[in-house]
Formats: sequence, C-alpha cells, structure tokens
Amino acid sequence: MSLTIGILALQGDYEAHARVLARLGLMPERDSDRLFPPPPSAAQPEFVGHWRFVRSPADLAGLDGVILPGGESSTMLKFLENETFWRELGSLLQRQAVFATCAGVILLARQVGNPPQRSFAALDVAVERNAYGRQIDSSVRQGEWAPGSPDAGRPLEMVFIRAPKIADIGPKVEVLATESGLPVLVRQGRILAATFHPELGADLALHRMFLRAAAA
Amino acid sequence: MPTPELRLKTGLAEMLKGGVIMDVTDAAQAQIAEQAGAAAVMALERVPADIRKEGGVARMASIRKIREIMQSVSIPVMAKCRIGHLVEAQILQALGVDYIDESEVLTPADEAYHVDKHAFTVPFVCGARNLGEVLRRLAEGAAMIRTKGEAGTGDVVHAVRHMRAIVREMRELTLLREEELFGRAKELAAPVELVRLVAREGRLPVPNFSAGGIATPADAALVMQLGAEAVFVGSGIFKSEDPAARARAIVRATTHYRDPQVLLEVSSELGEPMRGLDAAAIRPEEQLQTRGW
Repeated sequence: MSLTIGILALQGDYEAHARVLARLGLMPERDSDRLFPPPPSAAQPEFVGHWRFVRSPADLAGLDGVILPGGESSTMLKFLENETFWRELGSLLQRQAVFATCAGVILLARQVGNPPQRSFAALDVAVERNAYGRQIDSSVRQGEWAPGSPDAGRPLEMVFIRAPKIADIGPKVEVLATESGLPVLVRQGRILAATFHPELGADLALHRMFLRAAAA
Repeated sequence: MPTPELRLKTGLAEMLKGGVIMDVTDAAQAQIAEQAGAAAVMALERVPADIRKEGGVARMASIRKIREIMQSVSIPVMAKCRIGHLVEAQILQALGVDYIDESEVLTPADEAYHVDKHAFTVPFVCGARNLGEVLRRLAEGAAMIRTKGEAGTGDVVHAVRHMRAIVREMRELTLLREEELFGRAKELAAPVELVRLVAREGRLPVPNFSAGGIATPADAALVMQLGAEAVFVGSGIFKSEDPAARARAIVRATTHYRDPQVLLEVSSELGEPMRGLDAAAIRPEEQLQTRGW
C-alpha cells in the first residue's frame, strides 16, 4: 500500500520528521516539499509512499496519517484557530493515524496547563507545558518501555527539550513507555504521542509504529 | 550522531524553525510578540535602531528586565551578551535564559576572541557573514547560526548578501575533492573536520537562521526562500506604526513564505514600516556586521 503522510509544517521541527520518513523509504509528494540538500535515499525502503507538508486545510485531503511535530504550540495555534483548519484537522485526528511529539501532544490533549490554552481534546490526557523547566533543564535520557510491550527491556533514548509533562491519563490511554516513572509515550486508538523527540534521535521504532498504524 | 549536549542545544533551534524570533524590550512587548505567534523572543535593553541612533556602549540587558520578560511569556526567551564577554554569558546562563546571542549588535568586549561556548550548558546563537565565520563560530560551540545583516537599518540587503554567500559557499564545498578541502579550510580559517562535514552533508550541522534588517513580511519570505530556516526581527516590529499587526503578518509570511497569495494578503493593510536607513550609506566604521573575528 502506498501511504500519504501529512506533516504539520506551520512551525517547528517538521523537517526532522520528514528526514526520518525519508530514511524509511517515503518521498516528497510535491516539488515544493523537497528537502535541501535531499536526504540519501533509504538503503532498504521499509514503506512505500509520500509525505506532504501541511500548511493549510487544503493540504489535509487524502492523508493516511498526520504528524504533529515539536515546536511552539502557541505559535501553531495562531494558524490552527481558523474555523476551517480547526474543524478539518480535528475530524482527521478522529479518523486517521496520528503521531504527535512534544508540542504536538499539547495540541492533542484534553486539557492544557501552564498556561491553559485551546486544544483538540483528541487524546484523553492532561498536560503541563514546560513542566521540566527551561532549556538548561532539557536532557537526553534513557526511558523504559512498559512491561509487556514487545520492546520491553530494550533501551529507548529520549531527547527532552522544554518538554511537557503528562499529568493525568484517561482510562482508554495505554502507556507504552515511561521515564522516571512518568508516562512519556502513550497510545489511544490510532494516536501515538511522545513528550520527547524521537525525530531527533537515531531510533526509528516509533515512526515505524506510526507508519504501520497508518497502513492498517 | 553529534554528542548529546550538542543535540540538545541544536534541538531547541530545530523547534524554532519556520518561526519568528522577535526583539522585545519589556514584558508588554513580549506579550504582544507571543500573542502574534512569535516562536521566541529576544530580551534586550534597546532595539538595534536605537543603539545606532543613541550610541554609547551597548551591553547585556538589565537582569530585572530579562527576568520580567521571562516571567511574562511561555515561549523561549533569548538574551544577548557582548562578543567575547564570557562573564555576561555566565550570568545569563545562571539566570536561565533559553538561548544566548553572542551579538555584534552590542559593543564587543574582546578584540580577538569569542566566548568558548562549549563551556556552557545553555546554547548559543552567533551571527555570520560567510561560511568561514559560520565554521569558526561552530568550532567555538555555537548551536545556531544567523546572518548578521546590518542590524537596526530595516534594509534587508546585507542579510540577503550573507545568506547567499553562506549557501553558495556550502554548495561549492560539495564539489571539491578531498585534498582541495584542506586548501579551502585554510582559506576559510576554519577546522578541516567541519569543512569536511559540510562538504559531505551539503548543509550546516546546526540550524541556519536569518537576521539583520528584516522589516516587512516580504523581507521575511525573501530570506526564507534564499535558504533561511527561521527569521529574527529586531527593530522592524516595534519601530513600526502598528507592531501587533506587523508581527502577525511577519509570522504568517514566514510560514507561508512560498505562497504569493498569502504574502499578498498579509502585506495588505499594514501600517507604516520602520523608516529605515539605507545600509549602503553607512560608513564602514559604523557597520555592526564587521564586529566579530
């Protein structure tokens, strides 16, 4: 199956996500979304399909999955708080595979604190923004896959940058990995959400998991 | 894969891509910037246009002011230290700012050396006019590069020149043979390891932003089309007639930098831009961009 993945590209590290998708075999759908310089083509493509940068509601048509990247959630909201964009992305989040990292999790949450702001409430978690502190408190840590997960026991490197904290999770939310006992990687239906930045690390496991969900 | 420290430092710069970093001088301006969609703010005492006009020694901003700005917004807050002023940098790190700009806009504190930025946990951004300057700053530990442009003028021509030079010189490196890279490293006065890295990857190992003279939404989209990954706007916003509207317009133009319809829309119905200064009319000894070694 050929996938079409949208990467929300209003602001943030959308290009880092595109470079990971390129390593897994995906190509830019449009010339204007080509990366400069182009990443080397995947040695062994694991997936077939394309990515597209999403900057307007029209870019959402026909997507099999969408990535909400890291960045400043308050900046992204300025663009999303357009009636059509909000409604169409909100509806896509209910139907398709979603992968959110850091700021993306804030956009998806049921409730946002520090300070409170509008969110899609597609993921039943409450998050606190900048809960670990400022940039000097950012760190690369080893997290743990939850017991029972197929990856349990395998180390998972996590890059936290001015990260939000998941303060509360609803009954339908499954915790896939923790760091210092706190949930940092969760899943609810077809939504996968990480408070850290797998797109800045070497481990492709989470993007793989997302693309499999998008293909299902 | 770079060291964990460098990944964290460049990581925050990755998060700022496609965004606008706005110069602010107090909490009220910082809130206007955040409301307009700024990805970060730069806290300083006076915007470059005023530093140029009023003269005197330009130093790190007052701590009280930076702290007030840090408390008033949830987006990252940057602050400037003088070139080579390692103690101003230590103080800013202790204060907890998210990024330090070792900036030519302030009066240099050292005539030969920049700060050893590897010695800090907080990431640094530095200005550059060409690839040699970029690579020297990276060798010292900078985690983000921005063009210098000519700050405080509202004239984008120098930012354009610097962005074109950096991008062109990177492309040229990718065409050279291994032994030619040694000679080029000598000409660039930069470490050969970094020259090799850029030659192999065709891009910088850190984000490459643009600053210096950006005053309109069209200016922001111009430097983005030329290869900038985000923009800094200094005097351009708060020296204009309607700062909030201009800030919003520049934020939209930076995201939609390739969409002429959006650029038309955001460029309509803006108040007067900052008056500006023809950068070509500035005497060489009054240029800010020549500061830095």
